[in-house]
Amino acid sequence: MKSLMGKIGWLTVALLGASAVGGIALNRGESINAIWFITAAACVFAIAYRFYAAWIAAKVLVLDETRATPAERFDNGRDFVPTNKWIVFGHHFAAIAGPGPLIGPTLAAQFGYLPGTLWILVGAVLGGCVQDMVTLFFSMRRDGRSLGQMARDELGPVGGFAALIGTFAIMIILIAVLGLVVVNAMKHSPWATSTVAATIPIAMIVGLYMRNIRPGRVLEGSLLGVILLLLAVVSGGWVDHNATLRALFDHEGLPLAWGVIAYGFAAAILPVWLLLAPRDYLSTFMKLGTVILLAIAIAILQPEIKMPALTQFIDGTGPIFGGTLFPFVFITIACGAISGFHALIASGTTPKLLANERDIRMIGYGGMALESFVAIMALIAATVLEPGVYFAINSPAGIVGKEAAAAVATISSWGFPVSVEQMNALARQMGETTLFARTGGAPSLAVGMASIFGNAFGNGMLALWYHFAIMFEAVFILTTLDAGTRVGRFMLQDMLGNFWPKLGQTSWMPSVILTSGIVVGAWGYFLYIGVIDPNGGVNLLWPLFGIANQMLAAIALCVGTGILIKSGKLKHAWITGVPLAWLVLVTTAAAWEKIFSSDIRVGFLAAANNMAAKLAAGVLPPEKAAVAPQLIFNQHLDAWLTMFFIVVLWVIVFDMLRVSARHIAGKPVRPLTESPHIPSRLVEDYVRD
Amino acid sequence: MIGNMLRRCWRAVRRLSGDDAYERYLAHHAEHHPDAPPLSREDFFKQWQDTKWKGVKRCC
Repeated sequence: MKSLMGKIGWLTVALLGASAVGGIALNRGESINAIWFITAAACVFAIAYRFYAAWIAAKVLVLDETRATPAERFDNGRDFVPTNKWIVFGHHFAAIAGPGPLIGPTLAAQFGYLPGTLWILVGAVLGGCVQDMVTLFFSMRRDGRSLGQMARDELGPVGGFAALIGTFAIMIILIAVLGLVVVNAMKHSPWATSTVAATIPIAMIVGLYMRNIRPGRVLEGSLLGVILLLLAVVSGGWVDHNATLRALFDHEGLPLAWGVIAYGFAAAILPVWLLLAPRDYLSTFMKLGTVILLAIAIAILQPEIKMPALTQFIDGTGPIFGGTLFPFVFITIACGAISGFHALIASGTTPKLLANERDIRMIGYGGMALESFVAIMALIAATVLEPGVYFAINSPAGIVGKEAAAAVATISSWGFPVSVEQMNALARQMGETTLFARTGGAPSLAVGMASIFGNAFGNGMLALWYHFAIMFEAVFILTTLDAGTRVGRFMLQDMLGNFWPKLGQTSWMPSVILTSGIVVGAWGYFLYIGVIDPNGGVNLLWPLFGIANQMLAAIALCVGTGILIKSGKLKHAWITGVPLAWLVLVTTAAAWEKIFSSDIRVGFLAAANNMAAKLAAGVLPPEKAAVAPQLIFNQHLDAWLTMFFIVVLWVIVFDMLRVSARHIAGKPVRPLTESPHIPSRLVEDYVRD
Repeated sequence: MIGNMLRRCWRAVRRLSGDDAYERYLAHHAEHHPDAPPLSREDFFKQWQDTKWKGVKRCC
């Protein structure tokens, strides 16, 4: 009887989900309600979790709840601690949820709402969630080893080296593009700049509180910090209304970029307790709070989606980034569907906390499903805007024209009507002087969130909501920037330590300064170029980041597929093999176009040649001619970098295929490095309190 | 009933944020190394944060 009820229940969920997805896909009317997106996502993820994830857990990975996990075997009260699954889920989700799933879907909305939505759902269910779950499982069976170590142990030194270099490269590009997003949000916005600047002393106050005044009282300190952050948002408004203070925080992009670079360097060499750790507490609380608030607001308000299902920009002429629907929607959505970065969290930190193997399904698969849900909400926030407004905010001046009148004329001519008065009124409501060409995704997301929050919770405070949203994005972008720079520094110290052991000492100050300087210099360079690029830089950096992230995902899936085959599970290896094949196809196609396309908005080389020709002919205006040589050099560099990513990707794919083929042919390969089976002795009730 | 639920929620929040890390350390220490004196709250917290931020902790 119970099982019959269960079957009927799941059948209902399946029918509801299918009609929601069908409704979204086939709707060609004026608009469609956002509640359909929420319903579709909830049903699809529920079904996938109940059936696909359960099948993977039981039949492919064969989770064994009687087997002791590393947390039980090495329990040291520090990093190896058997932990309640809900607590691990919280830690894991807080670690994987970053700004990527907010920005990617916002940018990809230029194709219309449909491609992004479908790829987030399909990509997460078949790719991203599987990658996280499988990586978590294999790392747990190997005492919590990192992705790089697993690649080396299971595939060989080539695979291991590729994983290491890939991780380092993605870190650099990631930080640069995130820095650019923050700079674009602060450009000529005294309110946003002063609020973001205030987060630094606030984090330090919290750090000092937790360290000296009330050591280890994390919650007290965080509460204090959150109150101060909200005050900073409010007082940003006062700054905005005071002429002297206003001038102090009103800057062009370039000085702001230098500020971010200087900040990144300081954060990398300062002790973690002073800046990084307290900032992370604040960003985690803000992130979880805002995501929950957004979900509630969408549920209450049930806003209408104004963006069409598909726009004409699927042909590759989009203003926000150049490139056709295939492959660029997959590269742009990136983290919302599959994020290679998650494999770094799923190997290393999280497996050391698992109390029982069966928790892997919820934490690995469920954690990513929730992250994709956040991506769907970001997509909603971007598409509830009038398309004309969305394009006016996100299109760089280099594409639509510097003057407001020219920009609205261009955008209206695409069939997305918008007027200068409308944009000015919106900017006034949001407490900004202008919202034209605020590229990077953060401002348009903030406008979308402000209008959702404003309508759901009272319309009087749009400017406050807008700057709250900007602060919320900036706070955890800067956390990623700090944490990423530090990890990059450790990786570099580790590598250099092979040549000169002293450089490998993580606390030796000259080494700290040198390696931090190299890492900050590397991402600072790309940030600098992104800021001086007349097309806004996002067009340049986001695809590069997408390619790097999908490459890292492919590396993780290669490791997973290789281990599955070596474990004698060839017939089930498709669970990682199919998403791997798709990612290799998408990443290679995107890289090929980014390098060789003759469209100057897509191909790096074409853009370099075009600019060189213009420079030689003397047709560039003087301010553009001055930066042209740098831009040309950078386009070449980006082309080589993309080439490098693809070579790394194919090297590891071939390495995996080589190892697999040898195993299938019965030839010797590196043995599996799985830890032996030790029966669990944890008493059920003790662990799950 | 509700009080019990609130207490459980509060415990989960403290656990998630690391607010109770020192108490858990003391319990672990008392169980596994009863002969050595435990670290002070300050020293423990410093060490705990330093090890926490040695690896990849945050994503894109």
